[in-house]
Amino acid sequence: MKNSIAHRIADFLKDFPPFNFLNAEELLNISQESEVLYIDKGNILFNEGDDVHQFFYIVHKGAIQLQKFQNEQYETLDTCDEGDIFGLRPLFAEENYIMNAIAEEESIVYGIPISLFKPLTESNKKVGNFLIQSFATNTRNPYSREDKGKLFFGTQVVEPISNSPLFELQPAPIIRKIVTTSPETSIKSAAQLMSKRKVGSILVTKNDVPVGILTDEDFRNSIATGQYSIDTTVDKIMSFPVICYPRNVTIAQAQITMMKHNINHICITEDGTPNTRVTGILSEHDIMVSQGNSPSVLMKAIQRSHSTKELKKIRNKINLLLGGYIENNIPLTHISKLIFELNDATIKRVISRCVIKLQQEPPVNFAWLSMGSQGRKEQLLQTDQDNAIIFADPPEGKLEETRDYFLQLATKVNKRLMIVGYEYCPADMMAKNPRWCLSLSEWKKQVSKWIKQPGPDEILLSNIFFDYDITYGDSLLSNQLSDYILGLIENNKKFLTVMGSNALRNPSPLGFFRQFLVEQDGEKKDFFDIKKRGIQPLTESARLLILSYKIKNISNTAERFDRLAQLEPKNKELFEGCSYASKALIKFRIKQGLQNRDSGRFIDLSKLNKEDKMKLKRAFKSIKAVQDLIKMRFETATVL
Amino acid sequence: MINWFKKDESHLPEYWQKYSAKFNKNQLEQLVTETTFVVLDTETTGFDQEKDRILSIGCVKVKDNKLLVANSFEIYLKQEKFNPDTVEIHGLIKHERFETFTEEKALQLFLKYIGDSILVAHHAGFDINMINAAMKRNHLPKLKNRVLDTGVLYRKTRIISNFIDQHKSYTLDEVALAYNIDLKDRHTAIGDAFITAIAFLKILGRLKRKKLKELFKK
Repeated sequence: MKNSIAHRIADFLKDFPPFNFLNAEELLNISQESEVLYIDKGNILFNEGDDVHQFFYIVHKGAIQLQKFQNEQYETLDTCDEGDIFGLRPLFAEENYIMNAIAEEESIVYGIPISLFKPLTESNKKVGNFLIQSFATNTRNPYSREDKGKLFFGTQVVEPISNSPLFELQPAPIIRKIVTTSPETSIKSAAQLMSKRKVGSILVTKNDVPVGILTDEDFRNSIATGQYSIDTTVDKIMSFPVICYPRNVTIAQAQITMMKHNINHICITEDGTPNTRVTGILSEHDIMVSQGNSPSVLMKAIQRSHSTKELKKIRNKINLLLGGYIENNIPLTHISKLIFELNDATIKRVISRCVIKLQQEPPVNFAWLSMGSQGRKEQLLQTDQDNAIIFADPPEGKLEETRDYFLQLATKVNKRLMIVGYEYCPADMMAKNPRWCLSLSEWKKQVSKWIKQPGPDEILLSNIFFDYDITYGDSLLSNQLSDYILGLIENNKKFLTVMGSNALRNPSPLGFFRQFLVEQDGEKKDFFDIKKRGIQPLTESARLLILSYKIKNISNTAERFDRLAQLEPKNKELFEGCSYASKALIKFRIKQGLQNRDSGRFIDLSKLNKEDKMKLKRAFKSIKAVQDLIKMRFETATVL
Repeated sequence: MINWFKKDESHLPEYWQKYSAKFNKNQLEQLVTETTFVVLDTETTGFDQEKDRILSIGCVKVKDNKLLVANSFEIYLKQEKFNPDTVEIHGLIKHERFETFTEEKALQLFLKYIGDSILVAHHAGFDINMINAAMKRNHLPKLKNRVLDTGVLYRKTRIISNFIDQHKSYTLDEVALAYNIDLKDRHTAIGDAFITAIAFLKILGRLKRKKLKELFKK
């Protein structure tokens, strides 16, 4: 019988090594016996120690992480995406798997039957060589020019975006001006030398031959603990032997060595052994700097990107950057500004590319609005996309024709944003939905309906739409709408009152016995919903208060509270508390989200330490205070 | 005791009896992960159950989040009626060179392939009706399998919100777009069955139901 699916699989495989070395018949044969697997996000395909499968795998859609349990935690060795092969162990050895394969996002993976494929690796040299190299170097595709090396950075893999191919195979950056000392030097004078030269480590040499290395860490472990006095000689506390390499060590080698020995420095000597003269030193930090995974580099990469796939890769790097920032306790205001700018640039880039793709200039001016968390500049983790379009009022009779253009544009943009990683809004609040792709007059009509007859749905919509930020296009349009909204609210106390009671719907999460209120039912029973009970009440309170002052163009919750603190000196402390709480809760959510690879929304209270619980409780006191204030000010009691 | 409801099937062909005999356990209690699903699509000459005929049936089997390519089913039916209007859409020409089967032979192979698995299709009503009409022409009873509709299941993955129409009917194209599934080989039975199967797996991933009966709940 005919098997069209096998053709479909073969058609996919033929573009990726090692399958591109096979002829059509061979491809079809293995495709016929292949399997298609669906792996939900966070699910595991195989575990370290599992018996090997009858298949090896190629990612069709999604991303699979390979992890190994090292140094008491899981470390990511590699992330495989479309066209990458993994699980090659059974092709070479009868042993069990030595790493875990876990779905970083929802993935479709093709399983290639080993019994059929193995003979091909023997008969076809190219196939065999490719697989051996992939397997040995753990880089899935040693021939790829696109796929640059991977760097280990803390617990995460950082992909460098150096412009040259095969970054990891290039010579590592070596510092030649090194600071050295002799083994007989006192610790005190070694430390003084290090301070003076502003270095974190110093090489200990004898006749120019390395005998040990002294780092900040050694001072902490041996001196600060009182184990040795500062008059001791350095040879007592230095680390040795020193790991040495010759001058042309590659970045990949250096990384692997550093990982293996759990060290941050490698010494470069004349012949690569510890018996010859030192010529330089190589630090993990310098490798990191050389690969330039900085916001400014990422920003340039976004602006230069020419495909959605490229943007998706950059997006993953942004997430790594975010993880690093959080790990290093960088202040949230700083982080969110940076991440917001990168997100914003990504969306802008997608829109401008789609406008070009349509091969037709927009018929009238328009504004692309980001709403919800991106609008409030609080979207750090990837969440859903919420967006809308305002277009200038078109000439008589051209309304639908104009809308069609923008719907076409929005469909393209929404789809690409989804591929980059912003999931579709489950309630269809996206610009491709004709309800949210409106002319300025239509928008005015829409919002005045919400404000004049504020039922629960209208309030919910106002909550989502009134936190917009213009991402692309003509800001006159969005400003006109803002002015219009503020004008309407001025004469409508009822709207603010209803909005107020809505903001009080979720009471401060400290319950009667000052315990946390946790979810009572559903899949997330006994979890604490930090979005619903923490972040949202603050966001809603801030929006309400700022609207009552008719202030536009501030949509960030913390910034709104800061502004309120200026406006009301007598409540300064309260509002500042709220501003702090808002930042603290968002940071908390990101940490949770990065840890659990989800939106971070639900928190398992039993896993929190005392300090975190205290932090949360402090934040909730601020929520209670601002809710009390709203109750008084907007007389919400009358409508509740 | 005599079971009054058990029909006498002795006059029916042997392949039917074999198929029918497989339905003896209470499937609803089993886990979704241990259930075999057959995801299918039919291409037909039109939409009229009486007048139109099945051109081809494409099926893939899915179990425990896996689909074995070798285990797919793709059959083309001999046509006594030729409708030039539908040729282009379906890409099936009456005398194409691959093997075709009589309606009865096709049904026989189909029944053998599906056994007591749960049938899954997008807007399943249409496909099941077309197959049942063919069964009737060949003097066979209706299919005995339980049926799931990815159109209905997809709706369950959507949040309950006043802002989306709870009764909207989603086309396979819309579902594929939402889940970023390639629309290759669209409008061939096997191509659509494959797309539906991937959509079905993604739906199962989102619904997270453990027992089979939970998938049938309203």
